[in-house]
Amino acid sequence: MTEFAPQTEELLHGYMIPSLATVRRIVWETDDTFTLLLDTTQMNDSPYSFMPGQFNMIYAFGTGESAVSISSDPAKPGLLGHTIHRVGSVTSSLSRLKRGSLVGLRGPFGSAWPLEEAVGKDICIAAGGIGLAPLRPIIYSLVRKRELYGRIVILYGARSPLDLLYRVELEQWNKLPNTEVIVTVDRGDSTWKGHIGVVTNLFSYIKLDSESTIAMVCGPEVMMKYTVEELQRRGLSQERIFVSMERNMKCGIGLCGHCQFGPKFICKDGPVFRLNEVYQLTEKKEL
Amino acid sequence: MYSRVEELNSRRIPLAKMQAVIIGLRCLFVPHESHIRRQAMCLQSDLTLHIIWHSHCRVWRDKNDFLHIMNNTSKLEASNLQQLLTALQRSGYTTVGPILRDDAIVYDKLDSVNDLPVGWSDEQSPANYRLTKQSGASYFNFNAAPQSWKRFLYPPVRKLFTIRKDGKSLGISNENTDDMKYAFVGVRPCELSAILIQDEVFQAGKYRDDAYSAARRNLFIVAVNCTTAGGTCFCSSMKTGPEAKNNFDISLTEVLRDGRHFFIVKAGTELGASVMDLVETSAASPQEVATADAIMRQTESRITKKMETDGLPALLAENLEHPHWDDVAKRCLTCGNCTMVCPTCFCSTVEDTTDLSGQNAERFRRWDSCFTVDFSKVAGGNFRMSTKSRYRQWLTHKLSSWVDQFGVSGCVGCGRCITWCPVGIDLTAEVQAIRGTETQQRKGD
Repeated sequence: MTEFAPQTEELLHGYMIPSLATVRRIVWETDDTFTLLLDTTQMNDSPYSFMPGQFNMIYAFGTGESAVSISSDPAKPGLLGHTIHRVGSVTSSLSRLKRGSLVGLRGPFGSAWPLEEAVGKDICIAAGGIGLAPLRPIIYSLVRKRELYGRIVILYGARSPLDLLYRVELEQWNKLPNTEVIVTVDRGDSTWKGHIGVVTNLFSYIKLDSESTIAMVCGPEVMMKYTVEELQRRGLSQERIFVSMERNMKCGIGLCGHCQFGPKFICKDGPVFRLNEVYQLTEKKEL
Repeated sequence: MYSRVEELNSRRIPLAKMQAVIIGLRCLFVPHESHIRRQAMCLQSDLTLHIIWHSHCRVWRDKNDFLHIMNNTSKLEASNLQQLLTALQRSGYTTVGPILRDDAIVYDKLDSVNDLPVGWSDEQSPANYRLTKQSGASYFNFNAAPQSWKRFLYPPVRKLFTIRKDGKSLGISNENTDDMKYAFVGVRPCELSAILIQDEVFQAGKYRDDAYSAARRNLFIVAVNCTTAGGTCFCSSMKTGPEAKNNFDISLTEVLRDGRHFFIVKAGTELGASVMDLVETSAASPQEVATADAIMRQTESRITKKMETDGLPALLAENLEHPHWDDVAKRCLTCGNCTMVCPTCFCSTVEDTTDLSGQNAERFRRWDSCFTVDFSKVAGGNFRMSTKSRYRQWLTHKLSSWVDQFGVSGCVGCGRCITWCPVGIDLTAEVQAIRGTETQQRKGD
């Protein structure tokens, strides 16, 4: 019974009208963070495809729209995952959806992690908190063709053991050949036997070959700031470091002006940047 | 010069000489008959001529290799101005232009020339706008008013879609794009530049605003050159005025002198010329054209405000930590007036509403301002909490990063942000303050 908007060429260029995707499942990753799994196979601009690092604008009926990174496997775009921290009205609405509900979806938008450039290189992935979500698609891509890449190190920090995302997968990835996953938390609990402290502490447990490593970083700004400093201290040039940035976004297509960061529009020039493109800007406060 | 045109008409001219003539036309003063098409045979079919627009004539080659020279300057008596509005209305345009409302000149639907602010001018200075009554019955002897044309091409509120819930299914119906045919009557040269800047923003990138494009495609522009300079104008610094050189369908220069009242009319496009064919005009004498030119020069000489634009984008990009930003922050109220009156500011937000049944929802796009606190808020915090950071974002975007993003400055020198700032912050002075101390620092190095 769904009336879809007539998809004339004109409207396709508008990009402000969402398609409708069906909720397959909601997986609670932690107390306040869930993964919304969407079936895109019935969407009117299907088949849907995306690159690791890109994001979608997800619309909850009547409540509003949020920019959310895609956290699922790019090889399986029919079932699209978005890992969402429930904080505001839109994310709360999304968290209450049931199987079969419809959400509006626009995307994918933005730039991607450097998958091709990573071939033959060592990879260092550093994530803080929900920053692991936009990195998960690239991890899926890397491990799917594991033989194409050198050593892979995944450093991940969360507030507490209960805030760790994708625990089962972290353990699976850690078992892969020449792959290491090191996790730290800000505050441990009685069951925690792992590292305590910030992500940057984890660099003391690994060796980086600065000539052959590509780093990909996503997390809160303060975490990214200290992580890229540590990476540079270890000899990685800014050209070899990639960061995924966050800003307020209303349109996702560079027209609303909200996500500006100096001359960059995070939504269309980013969210993934090579560090040298934005490094000078990151040194300015409140830009 | 005149003879060269005659020469084109009467004789076959070799290619080399033809090119010389075409180049010569740039400084040509063409005869007085309006809308007379002169033709000359091009001897060489491979002679590629682009349309050359000159302030008094235009030249193009048709598919039969005929060279056309058309005088596009004529004179419209002020008493016949209504004919122009009527011609536009009969051609299917909704005419909009300046009218008096709320003690200001605003842009709205224009039914007849009687709606124009006849005999009114304005007085503008930082944080000050006052209408003034004049002795003459001029139609356009005022400067940029609070509104700009962006409200028609990029409306303050636009419904994006309506969505209806029916059990588990959702039905989206998008709003039909507005296919209004607008004729803007009285677009100032600075505002014309602002429209071209918004064209870059909304139409030149990978993602486009389809509603903007639809309105823009249908738009007819009657530019009006400025016969008076406002106290906050600095178009000559931004090289956008006070005279419109191109990108209009018709341009008007109002002449009200020695008991005579007429417009020098220039057609800028074929469409403009065809509309002028419906209007009673006469040939403009060289003296009349010269009078209009003199008024333009006089206006330019009366623009007192200046902004030094040399190296401005780099200057601001290199001075993001300049102490002067703190100084502006002490005065700025972050009200956002400057962004609302700016003819190029394009930021928007979205708003969602539902009806009481909860079954029907709508989504709107609204103008937004980078001065609001929520503008840069995300779940984890706010990137621009301080007044300083928000003013800096606006000014550096307008004058510096806009150039990186769109290849042009985001400022056209209309002065609206100065006039309508409630505390009279003058961006030209702020820029000068940064430039002045920057230079001192360099000298001190």
